[in-house]
Amino acid sequence: MTTMQKLYLLVPLAPLYGAVIAGLFGWAIGRRAAHWVTIIGMVICTLASGVVFYDVMQGHLYNGTVYTWLVSGNTRLEIGFLIDQLTATMMVVVSFVSLMVHIYTIGYMADDPGYQRFFSYISLFTFSMLMLVMSNNFLQLFFGWEAVGLVSYLLIGFWHNRPTAIYANLKAFVVNRVGDFGFLLGIALVLMYFGTLDYAAVFANAPNLAGNTIEIFPGTVWSLMTVICILLFVGAMGKSAQFPLHVWLPDSMEGPTPISALIHAATMVTAGIFMVARMSPLFELSDTALSFVMVIGAITAFFMALIATVQYDIKRVVAYSTLSQLGYMTMALGASAYSAAIFHLFTHAFFKAVLFLGAGSVIIALHHEQDMRKMGGLAKYMPVTYVTMLIGALANAGLPPFAGFFSKDTIIEALHASPLAASAFAYPLAVAGVLIGGFYSFRLIFYAFHGKSRFDDPHHPDVKEVAAERAAAGQHAGHGHDEHAAPHESPWVVTLPLVLLAIPSICAGWVIGEFVFGGYFGSSIHVIAAHPAIATLAREFHGVVPMITHGVSTLPFWLALAGAGTAWFLYVVRPELPAVLRRKAGLLVTVLMEKYGFDRFNDWFFAGGARRIGNGLWKGGDVAVIDNVFVNGSARLVGWFSTVIRHFQSGYIYHYAFTMMIGILLLLTMIFI
Amino acid sequence: MLLGFPLLSLAIWVPIIAGVAVLFTGSDRNAHVARVIALIGSVLGFVVTLPLYFGFDPLASGFQFVELSPWIESFSVNYHLGIDGISLLLILLNSFTTLLVVIAGWQVIRERVAQYMAAFLILSGFMNGVFSALDALLFYVFFEATLIPMFIVIGVWGGPNRVYAAVKFFLYTLLGSLLSLVALIYLYNVSGGSFSLQEFYRLPLSLGAQILIFLAFMMAFAVKVPMWPVHTWLPDAHVEAPTGGSVVLAAIMLKLGGYGFLRLSLPITPDASQYLAGFVIALSLIAVVYIGLVALVQSDMKKLIAYSSISHMGFVTLGIFIFNVHGIEGAIVQMISHGFVSGALFLCVGVLYDRLHSRQIADYGGVVNKMPVFSALFMLFAMANSGLPGTSGFVGEFMVIMGAMKANFWYAFLAATTLIFGAAYTLWMYKRVIFGAVANSRVAELQDINMREFLVLALLAIAVLAMGIYPNPFVEVLHTSVNDLIAHVMQSKLPVQ
Repeated sequence: MTTMQKLYLLVPLAPLYGAVIAGLFGWAIGRRAAHWVTIIGMVICTLASGVVFYDVMQGHLYNGTVYTWLVSGNTRLEIGFLIDQLTATMMVVVSFVSLMVHIYTIGYMADDPGYQRFFSYISLFTFSMLMLVMSNNFLQLFFGWEAVGLVSYLLIGFWHNRPTAIYANLKAFVVNRVGDFGFLLGIALVLMYFGTLDYAAVFANAPNLAGNTIEIFPGTVWSLMTVICILLFVGAMGKSAQFPLHVWLPDSMEGPTPISALIHAATMVTAGIFMVARMSPLFELSDTALSFVMVIGAITAFFMALIATVQYDIKRVVAYSTLSQLGYMTMALGASAYSAAIFHLFTHAFFKAVLFLGAGSVIIALHHEQDMRKMGGLAKYMPVTYVTMLIGALANAGLPPFAGFFSKDTIIEALHASPLAASAFAYPLAVAGVLIGGFYSFRLIFYAFHGKSRFDDPHHPDVKEVAAERAAAGQHAGHGHDEHAAPHESPWVVTLPLVLLAIPSICAGWVIGEFVFGGYFGSSIHVIAAHPAIATLAREFHGVVPMITHGVSTLPFWLALAGAGTAWFLYVVRPELPAVLRRKAGLLVTVLMEKYGFDRFNDWFFAGGARRIGNGLWKGGDVAVIDNVFVNGSARLVGWFSTVIRHFQSGYIYHYAFTMMIGILLLLTMIFI
Repeated sequence: MLLGFPLLSLAIWVPIIAGVAVLFTGSDRNAHVARVIALIGSVLGFVVTLPLYFGFDPLASGFQFVELSPWIESFSVNYHLGIDGISLLLILLNSFTTLLVVIAGWQVIRERVAQYMAAFLILSGFMNGVFSALDALLFYVFFEATLIPMFIVIGVWGGPNRVYAAVKFFLYTLLGSLLSLVALIYLYNVSGGSFSLQEFYRLPLSLGAQILIFLAFMMAFAVKVPMWPVHTWLPDAHVEAPTGGSVVLAAIMLKLGGYGFLRLSLPITPDASQYLAGFVIALSLIAVVYIGLVALVQSDMKKLIAYSSISHMGFVTLGIFIFNVHGIEGAIVQMISHGFVSGALFLCVGVLYDRLHSRQIADYGGVVNKMPVFSALFMLFAMANSGLPGTSGFVGEFMVIMGAMKANFWYAFLAATTLIFGAAYTLWMYKRVIFGAVANSRVAELQDINMREFLVLALLAIAVLAMGIYPNPFVEVLHTSVNDLIAHVMQSKLPVQ
């Protein structure tokens, strides 16, 4: 094994060791040792990822096997690594954000009894996520895919005494399983047609199979690639929370905030985006699948952003914003702008982590209060949190020169340049989404950090509204200490990660020239000539500064600004206005507050329906028909038959004698007549 | 060196002799002696099966460790033993499970200890007999003999409704297998007076005869698997059986059905197997989907796991009857994995039952607050039951789904619904039992598992993870046997016109 190969192994194994030690021996080594051992693991992992990244930039790619998992027939299934530009990028993002979250957790979870367990989980998550992105085959991808789902499940339900948390984690797991259902069928089709699950072999052979068709319903002929890609994408819809499998992500906010940042914003939910980019040699062969991807992304991007505008829970605002941003990434994939999608994934990881961790900082400062109606005017109490979150919001809204501007603008332009008919649907939604994005990002900033402080004012109408809602929901009206404990800035373990993540939230976009247009991804992303979106943009790209000057002359910039301005007007200039608007636009607000009714429908139709059918089959099929009619019925039949023929064995001699005589008579009659 | 040694006879008779020895300790005054002898017997029983794995030549076709001596000469019945890769894994699983059951019953069983331990040891010997018999009558005798100890286990140490369950179990399975005896006698006549299975494999048979023989066998094996719609004995048997009984029932006894299909149905009646494959596959898929939904609404933990077992066994029969390497190897892996996982789940329910004397999900809630170590292990097994990659539960399901896709898209589609149902029913149960605030005062008094319980569950946890992370050593030994079997099935046995 070469030094680099050892290093590849070290990247995922360092966090795994940390997870095992903190998880199995956390009770023995104590809290400090648990966070040290996992953080040291993460530091090693991050440094090693950095070295690998540097090595890949020097042009050293790697594709090799670690061990053979299973051989069956002619199929070899292996665990192995593919280290290329795409992998290296993901490795750096995952390990860096994870390290920041580890440090942040020291502050955020300081008082939690499950401290060691938490560190074990987030290190285990990092291991799983790294195995996912470093995989060189579909099987290991699926391994990592499900493993991150498991850790996500464990972490959403981390506070396992909260009914909402354990509802949310079950929901997240099952909804993800719906996606994985499609994903696994896609993998099975790949194995069937290609005879292997190895990326390199599958991608090399894909053009030869592009003409194949498959008949799923008798009489309908589908392109094989379309079926495979859509099935694989169903997996991505689950993991990356795309409509209509998005329903689990907002509820996942029940988990502790560090994991909302790490798992449900920066890394795990982007696994679907990564997967489609990785599969670009397959998706490129099906315009139908790409159009499907684009439409789903557009729906998610726009309609989820709308929900964010009415949420009060600070984490839910960020969660819906994440859904919307994931929609942008998905749209980009549909436009064959894979590099733009990964670039948005890259910038988003930083600014969304800032927004979540900043929200967490606010939440601990207010003693676990998440409702923005009870915030307001926090900027002067928490300057570091405020400034970093402001940077995050600017990036999220896509304003130059912050990171999000470059990636989001490229996606919008790529949609414009896409030759697919679906872009006529996606492009307007993407542009309109910018307006909404500007609004909800700055609504959060202005509502929570500006204006009059409401956390110390129990008579403010907003605060009364919260109290009334909670009383209606049967919760006690709020913490008694709200009135006298003024919030203060969080400790350095919390603010340091914020600052370290805010820096790339500003400047990560400046590498766009190389990253998106400069052939940075090399052979790891494959785009055919018929999908020229990125190639078109690359011709028009003349550098970062011209892009900014061009950007401020286009519609999206002014829309984002308009959104931010509206938020400023509504929440700073006329703070009494939102309540009036809510009343006026009753129906629209209700629809948005109800999240378009998906949760209710799923609960009633799918969860309830499955239980009703299950009950029907059990009571009707198993109990009534099989057991009652056939099993016990045949026993009863035997019993009844026995009672009948029992009369022939009465035990009385004269019965037998009489029967014998009748018999002899009958015999004689038969013989002689 | 190993070949000369009657290892298979040891695998059969060591536990039986140990069981008889345990019986001699008599009443419960000598309970401790009984336990110690049982432990020694089960350890020895497990140890003697290990050389089978290490001495097994995975590349050799045919049966290995063959023993042949006459038994009833006038009917040319032989004591004929031998194993291939398929039997090998099941024998190992059986002996391993018996060891765990003896440890698990160590303190829990307080009445008729000797008889309890003896029943399991003898049962273990009989099962090894089924898995290694190459003579049809010997197979049948062992196959039926297993009913007796299990009948006693359920009927004596079972729950309140144990008599109904035990009789239902006994009659259901006995009636199922009687017809297979008829088929075996028919084959004996046709073959000109032989009970040798290998002789039966070579026997040309018309399609009509094959179909009848196949259906007769299927009656026996479908009940054992159990396949829908002859599955309703299993939930009752599990609910009433003591923990050890449930473990052995799920882990080993159900495998007799799958094994029977592989050892008898497929090679003896290959044309009928192919002719009727669609029928068996349909029943299997009904089991996966229908039973998956039924499992969702169970309120009794044992019943839920029993239904989950039936659903998982649907993968076994599905895999066998799609006749490709992935399918059949997947089916066998699924049998082994199901042995670990459902055995472990029944042990977990047993741990809770020993403390609260309830199997009702509604009586629990918030157990993790009082039993964190137990909850962590239970989580692992629940995830394995949901088929999470990295656990053994994934491997078999994955292979069968891969194989099913080659046969028909919709087979794979319906089979893959287990990803959703399996997760839903298992984790929903886990949520209601383990998570949440402490539900009542009895839960508040729960004590976490002791060393003995930890040992049993930890051994299973290691097995589940080992098989999930590195399944190749388990599957390696199957290749030759499965390839030969498939080649045999593909060759028509219809008489040449």
